[in-house]
Amino acid sequence: MAILNASPLTASPVVSEPPSSSNPGLPVSVRNLEKSFGKQKVLKGLNLEIRAGEIFVIMGPSGSGKSVFLRHIIGLEVPDAGEIRIGNELSTSEAIGDHYRLAIVFQSGGLLNSLTVAENIGLYLSEHRLKSRDQIAPIVRDKLALVRLSPEVGDKYPSELSGGMRKRVAIARALVVDPQLILFDEPTSELDPLVGLTIGREVLNLNQRTGVTTVVVTHDRDLAFGIADRMAFLVDGELIALGTPEEIRAFNHPILQQFLAAEFK
Amino acid sequence: MFQNLGEMLVLLGATLGTLPRFWQERRRVAEQLFDIGNSSLFMACMLALFMGGVLSLQTGPVLVQRGLGSSLGGLVALALCKELAPVMMAVLIAGRIGSSMAAELGSMQVYQEIDALRTLNINPIRYLVFPRVVAIAVALPCLVVFANLVGWMGGALVAQFNARVEVSWNAYFSNLRATVEWMDLANGLIKSFFFAIVVGVVSCHQGLTTRGGPRGIGRSVTKAVVNSIVLILVLDYALTRLLLPLDNGWQF
Repeated sequence: MAILNASPLTASPVVSEPPSSSNPGLPVSVRNLEKSFGKQKVLKGLNLEIRAGEIFVIMGPSGSGKSVFLRHIIGLEVPDAGEIRIGNELSTSEAIGDHYRLAIVFQSGGLLNSLTVAENIGLYLSEHRLKSRDQIAPIVRDKLALVRLSPEVGDKYPSELSGGMRKRVAIARALVVDPQLILFDEPTSELDPLVGLTIGREVLNLNQRTGVTTVVVTHDRDLAFGIADRMAFLVDGELIALGTPEEIRAFNHPILQQFLAAEFK
Repeated sequence: MFQNLGEMLVLLGATLGTLPRFWQERRRVAEQLFDIGNSSLFMACMLALFMGGVLSLQTGPVLVQRGLGSSLGGLVALALCKELAPVMMAVLIAGRIGSSMAAELGSMQVYQEIDALRTLNINPIRYLVFPRVVAIAVALPCLVVFANLVGWMGGALVAQFNARVEVSWNAYFSNLRATVEWMDLANGLIKSFFFAIVVGVVSCHQGLTTRGGPRGIGRSVTKAVVNSIVLILVLDYALTRLLLPLDNGWQF
């Protein structure tokens, strides 16, 4: 049962004050990563390095294992074989939350529907008792402003927001952690192109402002080539191509070229 | 089935492991307690009133016919406090509260809210399961106390006013006082505490292991209620057997 073997990412009940945001982004090292669900092999021996502070985009057709890979990085899945190292820690280590600050923006946002937007954004600080209620309120306002949402949104519940607003709230909640590594799972899915563009800019701005290592899983070619420092292309759980956007465009693989050239005619 | 039982025991252990942080969770426990009391108290009283009434109506004429009418109060009271009130209240809580817990946690699981908690270093067992289990464990014995009182009254009303029974109010309650011992009440309360743990753990377990979207949530809710009721009845026998030696306790 996933919930039982997946205690929170820290073993310690009390989390210390996070280090300052001047900490650089974290490198991620993936070695021979394998994962199966039943008989289906979803990841087949992935090997790659994500450099500290870069925006790394993972693309690939549906069912290629991109989101499962992302869940392995954040420690929500345990690999069958191989390992992922974030900084000097294994992703599966219970102490990783004591040493590094990681955050993920889920495809669905993953906002707690029973809490208001402000409570969602301040949840990390209030639950770990890092700040008092009075101190949390201005932080929440700041984070809302960072993702261009008005302070009034803080009083609403997630169900009262549009898809784009929910995504931005999820980003704001991730920013409260002051992450050294942030993961985005399909950040522009279900969004119109303009909101998608705004989200893409948020990802880029965040990376440039804080130097956080950013991993983005997406189908959105415009977003991928617009923000990536480097990219990986997965097919059926295997790494087909890895390199800069220019190198990926030039890479000669039929599925990759088909993926990049696909247009409705 | 055995895997499920094992997982539930592990979940129970993990929940007990968060007990030292009770004080930090007191607000959430209080919220859950309020929800349970608010949504169940009226229903529990209604159920108990009619349980007591039906018991009186079914057994009263038979006892009166055999010249044992004066024993009615004790019989109704014992049946209620040792067996019917704890079991029926537990079934009620499984249906009303357990199902909603399984649905809520199931929906949180399906829509990645629980994953989000974990990525924020928040233990979902402490944040979600612990307050619910503690709240049920406190609320159910309280409901059983209410159910006993209301059920006894229901039995007395039928005894007094039904022409086929006609056992006086005084005779009913004096026999009740002479028959029921504190240990009988404790017996029911001990049972209800364990039933509450079963309902809480089974419902939370089903919610947390939900897979497959809205249909999965529906399946979890059904399983939570059915498994809770089955386990309550199995545990009822075991607890009744275990508590038998305690029957010669203090007089009420």
